Amino acid sequence: MSTESAQFHRDADRLTHDLRHRAWIQKALGGYYVKRDEQKAKYTDWQQARAAAAAAKYEAVNHLDKYLVELTDKLAARGTKVFWAADGAEAAEYIASVARDAGVKRIIKSKTMTGEEIHLPQALEKAGLEVVESDLGEFIVQLRGEPPYHIVFPSMHLTRGEIDGTFQKKLGSAHADTPEELTMIARGVMRQKYCEADMGISGANFAVAETGHISITENEGNARLSTSLPKVLVSIVGIEKVVPKLDDLAVLLPMLATAGAAQNMTCYNTLLGGPRQPGETDGPREFHVVLLDNRRTALLADAEQRDALHCIRCGACLNVCPIFKNIGGHSYGTTYQGPIGSVITPHLRGLQSWKHLSFSSSLCGACAETCPVKIDLHHHLLQNRRNAIEQKPVWWEKPIFAGFAWFMRRPRLYRFAAPLLRLTAPVLHAIRGKDIDPLSMWTRTRDLPAPPSQSFKEYWRDRNAKR
Amino acid sequence: MKITLFIPCFIDQYYPGAGIGMVRILEKLGHSVDYPESQTCCGQPAFNSGYWDEARSVAETMLDAFRDAEAVVGGSGSCGAMLKVFYPELFHGRPREAEAKALAAKTHEFSSFLVNVLGVGDLGASFPAKATFHDGCHGLRELGIKREPRELLKHVRGLELVEMKEAETCCGFGGTFSVKFPEISTAMGEVKCASILETGAELVISNDSSCLMQIQGLFDRQGQKIKSMHLAEVLAHF
Amino acid sequence: MPNDSREKILRSIREALSVKAPARHLAGTGAAASGHKPQDWLPPVPSSPAELIALFEKNSLDLKTEVRHCADAAAAASELAALARENNWKSVGSHHFALGTETVSALGLPVVFTDQPYETADLERCDGGISGCDCLVAQTGGILVTSASAGGRVLSVLPPHHVVIASAGQLVGDLADAFAVLRKTYGSPPAFVSFITGPSRTGDIERILVLGAHGPKKLTVLLVQS
Repeated sequence: MSTESAQFHRDADRLTHDLRHRAWIQKALGGYYVKRDEQKAKYTDWQQARAAAAAAKYEAVNHLDKYLVELTDKLAARGTKVFWAADGAEAAEYIASVARDAGVKRIIKSKTMTGEEIHLPQALEKAGLEVVESDLGEFIVQLRGEPPYHIVFPSMHLTRGEIDGTFQKKLGSAHADTPEELTMIARGVMRQKYCEADMGISGANFAVAETGHISITENEGNARLSTSLPKVLVSIVGIEKVVPKLDDLAVLLPMLATAGAAQNMTCYNTLLGGPRQPGETDGPREFHVVLLDNRRTALLADAEQRDALHCIRCGACLNVCPIFKNIGGHSYGTTYQGPIGSVITPHLRGLQSWKHLSFSSSLCGACAETCPVKIDLHHHLLQNRRNAIEQKPVWWEKPIFAGFAWFMRRPRLYRFAAPLLRLTAPVLHAIRGKDIDPLSMWTRTRDLPAPPSQSFKEYWRDRNAKR
Repeated sequence: MKITLFIPCFIDQYYPGAGIGMVRILEKLGHSVDYPESQTCCGQPAFNSGYWDEARSVAETMLDAFRDAEAVVGGSGSCGAMLKVFYPELFHGRPREAEAKALAAKTHEFSSFLVNVLGVGDLGASFPAKATFHDGCHGLRELGIKREPRELLKHVRGLELVEMKEAETCCGFGGTFSVKFPEISTAMGEVKCASILETGAELVISNDSSCLMQIQGLFDRQGQKIKSMHLAEVLAHF
Repeated sequence: MPNDSREKILRSIREALSVKAPARHLAGTGAAASGHKPQDWLPPVPSSPAELIALFEKNSLDLKTEVRHCADAAAAASELAALARENNWKSVGSHHFALGTETVSALGLPVVFTDQPYETADLERCDGGISGCDCLVAQTGGILVTSASAGGRVLSVLPPHHVVIASAGQLVGDLADAFAVLRKTYGSPPAFVSFITGPSRTGDIERILVLGAHGPKKLTVLLVQS
């Protein structure tokens, strides 16, 4: 078992017993389901919309080289500097050098999971720069020294009381009772930061090849401010974010809003294609777009799972996943949580160390059913499992499954399973849940059914004997 | 029509009533029912655990057992999905792929077979009780079964069917998942059980006995009186 | 950029794409999809101007965007003056645009003009920001702005109350229509384009909706008929 896997088991164990957390998350997501269904019902045809959205991403991902080059050319034509980074270290180094060259001291950042993925804030802080998270949820978890809990709702696990405590401790603010008051405290702090920052960092939800824009979706307006006020702007964009045409956003933006947050449309959807142009009176003087690979090309090469790169990071799969709801976002121990995280993390960070994420699923398929771009999520979990075992079978499992196969190929031997179960049942019942019980993984928390007086095979044989 | 029964291993071992119910119903409808005794297990435990070679080797006995069948009718959504959806995947690019596809095409889940192939609704059953229905995930999402069990249950005299709040939420069984990640499995099961209890039902029905093993296992441990039955057992009350 | 990994990444991509990926998303959609544009599947958009306005108003109500109808420019001016009084504005930010220039100066308040060099600190102190727009979108209740149509990149997001003065003729159906307006007006879309759909909001604390997270807490559309 890898250290990551051991940590996962520990965290999952703790969180699944935390009934307060369980109730809290259920409540937090309850409203989402109702509103999302209302929103979906307004669509002329939600399933066709999913197919159209999937088609746009399929085209983009399967012609990725062509569209990335087009995107780069169109961005560069407006004076944008485009940097292609093979991995997180290259990206962080480039961004640090941009900051150095521009004499940057203070950075304001809007939400970017890609930035989290490469630990960009930490890398820049190490280089002596101040990095402030402007997204409210990210700001809160940054103050608490915690990673984000959910890719869209980073602080959904916290109560207002906990947030108030954090604000009082870290900001010296007065006690605040309501989400409104707490938000206004953050707003006040952030306003100065926007005006003082010399560099803004953002991510992107999409990158339009046809017109040379990155597209940023948000509700708060912090990305609008972070990308407009500071004199330097760097946007870090996973290479898979590309879409071929501007009109693709006419479908993708509403669907991102509906699936992700049960909204008709998110509050701010902003296209950025260049630094301050001739005729503009504000906006950054320098605009850098960092295109990040960081093993996305490895996932691209897995043709069976390539559609995992369609992901628009809406978070819908997290919202419907019963695993996520019971173990919470932090248990995943990595940037991308929930079903999409369980699918891509083994690709991005190593199959053998992270395969446990693909195994810790009941394969219910709620994720694939909800995904607005029709990623075959639950089947990819099965494929990751197969790949992991093919690469390295688990030493004690291999003989068990070999034995299972040996036994199940022999119907005449299989006949003895029923009487054996009946024979051992009383003993197993007596030791149920105890450490010596071989079935304790089940019986610690659940009873087993008593074996019937006759198996189906025995019934059938009797029936035929009577006829 | 000659109907060939596919009785998954845990129905055979733990819930034969579901299989017996299927036999009684199909015979009442005037069909002859066959059961190839050489069938054992669909291979899903190995498949889900990533041991596809071993799963394939077990699956081959099923290809053999059902070779001559016209219509294979199974009493489980998850095992039905294994044959219908995953066998073609398992045998893709390998010997016997054509047989796997053929078996997939002729396999049906029980409620789907009754409603969509035989076109029946009312089986003349009666079962006075307040009940709720749990949709097994594989049946629901791999096989698209949602309407069919309810279509059949609405004709059962005396049965009051109430929908639970989280009918489509996974019970947490997930095969080997239930013993590999027992804490998560149990938590999911507890959420499902709470949702069932909220309906005030005295009976929970499902088209997947593996789900019922999880749900009843938790209810029994909690000391709850509520009972569980496979759809076929309820419908066979005539 | 000479020192980056562009060629290396492109090589990896081309190698990866030498194997075709299954087009699973096409399953189950079939003939019904052909002959339709993707946006046909979104919530339907009516065609008559009256219905479009009604849809825009309904969405605005849900978003808490305030819509005030003005028969003409003079009415817009008096609505703007009313807003200034109701909200106790001391100074505003704005730019020079057809529907706004006279109306804003009639307020008699200090104005920070953002379509000429300005100090961020001055704009930050403004109580309101008054701008034009490229179009209004009925399907979403949204407002399309660019630097040219809305006085730069900051005016429509920094002051706590954003007021848009638009004409009813600027109302279009959906996002695709808005993109068409963009192309028609600018040829190729400019470097800054934004859809504004309601006042700024967050649900980050206990999933409870709070307005005015960082952007404007209030958004008002003065919709001028003629």
